[in-house]
Amino acid sequence: MLEEMTENRTHCECDCPCENQCECDNSLRSEMMMQLRAYKFSIIELGLYLDTHPDDEKALCLHREYTNKAKELSDKYQKMFGPLTIFYPCKKWRWLEEPWPWERGNF
Amino acid sequence: MWTYTKALEYPIKIKCANPRLAKFIISQYGGPDGELAASLRYLSQRFGMPDQKAKAILNDIGTEELAHLEMVGTIVHQLTDGVCPEELEKAGLGAYYTDHGVDVYPSSAAGVPFTAAYIAAKGDPIANLQENLAAEQKARATYEKLINLCKDDPDVVEPLRFLREREVVHFQRFGEALRGVQDKLAQKKFYMNNCKEDKKLLECTKDFNMVNNYNPCDSLCNCNNR
Repeated sequence: MLEEMTENRTHCECDCPCENQCECDNSLRSEMMMQLRAYKFSIIELGLYLDTHPDDEKALCLHREYTNKAKELSDKYQKMFGPLTIFYPCKKWRWLEEPWPWERGNF
Repeated sequence: MWTYTKALEYPIKIKCANPRLAKFIISQYGGPDGELAASLRYLSQRFGMPDQKAKAILNDIGTEELAHLEMVGTIVHQLTDGVCPEELEKAGLGAYYTDHGVDVYPSSAAGVPFTAAYIAAKGDPIANLQENLAAEQKARATYEKLINLCKDDPDVVEPLRFLREREVVHFQRFGEALRGVQDKLAQKKFYMNNCKEDKKLLECTKDFNMVNNYNPCDSLCNCNNR
């Protein structure tokens, strides 16, 4: 579902703040962020578990799966809605444009 | 090195300001069992841990606690955002407003400013990990009390429940790290190193080892094998 929704939306490039950008549907953005947050949380949780169970193959396999999915989704999200870290390349400095996590209107 | 991610670990969207709740919740920001104390405690203790699992768990939990610090700060900010000084005073935040205005200042619910004395780093891996087990339980207990105080507002309770659950997981992981450290300290050791300094250190800690079966020179003596 999420994949179908994002496929038609890649016109909102980070380096090309097009007119349609502000119309990027907030519900899609929320949904992508929620999914990304779920992956990241799973990675944090698996990371702590693996710190004390480094030989658990199943956990390691899940960690690989979620890190790959998180990377893919994170790249897609940042391309559409601006950077989540300063390590994402941008032609325009969009770091200032989006609300901060503690502010109302955050995602 | 840390990298900032412009997103909370768990979403927080509080619709109704409530400075009375903020006054309590700020304790988990800068109080004795708060996230700032936890993070700095773990990140300070990691330097002296004798085994890889314990170093990793302190590093990674210490890092997650920074994300929790941001979450608690966000709750306090959103509960007080846009509230007029008169309302803040009515909620018992008049003194806070005088000194800190709209900033989120690390202090306890009773208004005691954060102090480095909360950061227990004893230089002993067993003592430190036991301290952390207690710290996680104290933080869990504090979150439960806060949930009791905030139960009318689900926007506040949900992130508090998430934070409470994380304390339980951290407790579990610290318990496992403690067992790992105890096992390591119980192992027989063989030193194959002629370094003079190491030998001197070994001499001074011989008595200590007999009592504790713990050798702080481990990392020095094994350095060639890593």
